[in-house]
Amino acid sequence: MSLDPATVRRIARLARIHVGDTEAEQLAGELNGILGWIEQLNEVDVEGIDPLTGAAQMAMRLRPDTVTDGGIPELVLGNAPDRAGTFYAVPKVVE
Amino acid sequence: MSGVIEGRDGPWEMVIGLEVHAQVISRSKLFSGSATEFGAEPNTQVSLVDAAFPGMLPVINGECVAQAVRTGLGLDAHINMVSRFDRKNYFYADLPAGYQISQYAHPVVGGGSIEIELADGSTKRIGVTRLHLEQDAGKSLHDQHPSKSFIDLNRSGIALMEIVSEPDLRTAEEAGAYLRKLRTILRYLGTCDGNMEEGSMRADVNVSVRRHGEPFRTRCEVKNVNSVRFVMQAIEAEAARQVEVWESGGTVEQETRLFDPARGVTRSMRSKEDAHDYRYFPDPDLLPLVLDEGWVAGLRAGLPELPDAKRARFVAEHGLSAYDAAVLVADQETAAFFETVAAGRDAKLAANWIMGDFFAALNRTGCSIGDSPVSAGALGQLLDLLADRTINGRIAKEVFEAMVDTGESPAGIVESRGLRQVTDTGAIDGAVDRVLAAHPDKLAEYRGGKDKLFGFFVGQVMKAMAGKGNPALVNEALRQRLSA
Repeated sequence: MSLDPATVRRIARLARIHVGDTEAEQLAGELNGILGWIEQLNEVDVEGIDPLTGAAQMAMRLRPDTVTDGGIPELVLGNAPDRAGTFYAVPKVVE
Repeated sequence: MSGVIEGRDGPWEMVIGLEVHAQVISRSKLFSGSATEFGAEPNTQVSLVDAAFPGMLPVINGECVAQAVRTGLGLDAHINMVSRFDRKNYFYADLPAGYQISQYAHPVVGGGSIEIELADGSTKRIGVTRLHLEQDAGKSLHDQHPSKSFIDLNRSGIALMEIVSEPDLRTAEEAGAYLRKLRTILRYLGTCDGNMEEGSMRADVNVSVRRHGEPFRTRCEVKNVNSVRFVMQAIEAEAARQVEVWESGGTVEQETRLFDPARGVTRSMRSKEDAHDYRYFPDPDLLPLVLDEGWVAGLRAGLPELPDAKRARFVAEHGLSAYDAAVLVADQETAAFFETVAAGRDAKLAANWIMGDFFAALNRTGCSIGDSPVSAGALGQLLDLLADRTINGRIAKEVFEAMVDTGESPAGIVESRGLRQVTDTGAIDGAVDRVLAAHPDKLAEYRGGKDKLFGFFVGQVMKAMAGKGNPALVNEALRQRLSA
């Protein structure tokens, strides 16, 4: 697997990270290095083995359906750069 | 509605699939302990998990899982005993984490089906591909300020079930029937209130068109349509647009569109072009969801009787027509109301009264069945008065209207207004004599062979008795006197 600078720019745009053209070239090289190193894992035969998505071999615990949180608008809005009453206010985003 | 669009160079067929987002009924959110109640002050039902503060960890609500499993069981679907949660990544102001926790590769519920009933009485089974659990986003208000959008995260993190149909629907009518049937099933199960106006049920509509017998062509997705009527209109509008594109030599591009109900057209949502690359990956904060066989069996045992089973039972047990049974089971409260009225009584008569005078009275008074001025018990008492011939059918309608207006019991109305049916043959004979004496001309005509006047005499006698004569006895008395 190999990334070209255009793919790097696309991924950066999807992640809302600004990446300039020279940076994209450089990042493509670094990312290809990382991917190449990880690709060594392809040498392992995993035929018939279930994918592992976590290190803990256990199932999720279920929480009871009770209201235990909320009612803290001042804390929730504590870091908001702008607000209107208890709404967050953001630059207009409309379809 | 045939589902066939007559194009310039021959007919086109519509292919429709629906993705329904149904808000799960639960007290608290899918991954946090804040409340789900509708209509609270902005951002008062938000925990630091819902607002995606750093370091906050999601813990799943067992009841939301149970609701999804109940829904799966109600859709005759396969329950996946192991499922997983993934992150669906996109940026929007009302999605503070920058991702939605959803189930992509391993949903909690697999394939099932829904049987829909169409206007011509036929039925069709529509495949359900999958059902998965996911978080709702917050709510953006764009019309409160000239340059700002206001964000309320109260809805952020509430559990949704996304229910995806197979592309088995062929007409807007079928899509409407599917939505209504799904809503009925969800309401019976108590897993979603199905309230499209409040947004607790929303539909994304996938539409493509093709020539008969062709494989599928490219589809477009019309997002966030919020009523059954608009879904049907959006399908018609989008299919017509696609036929126009193909026939004028163009190509339908796969894209997300919005339906504009005011203009009756769909339009492209260009800004969403990139958004389809959601870069799903397993959520590292969440372990696999593993269900216990016994737990699922317990949920299955606790399911209510569902609409299809209830409809079949109403036909078999109460002798109703399939149509009447379908109307009565469409709403659980109506079905329960019917069963109370019909218990120990003439079920067809009960069905006719409910679907006729009773529904008309609800419409007129703007009441729902829950706050109806006439209870099931009272309507049953009215039918009893009819059955034991205390009143006749015409008077029953009058008594019913009085029950709607006053909320009084039928027996009380009959007594206080003196509406008891007259079965005293002496009184009936007297009325017959008076009527015949008052219309010697009509009597002569009748005797001269104008049989149709019999109805006129019946009417006059009933009028003379203020409508309270027993119709059979009145007929009998008249027949005897006229043939004498």
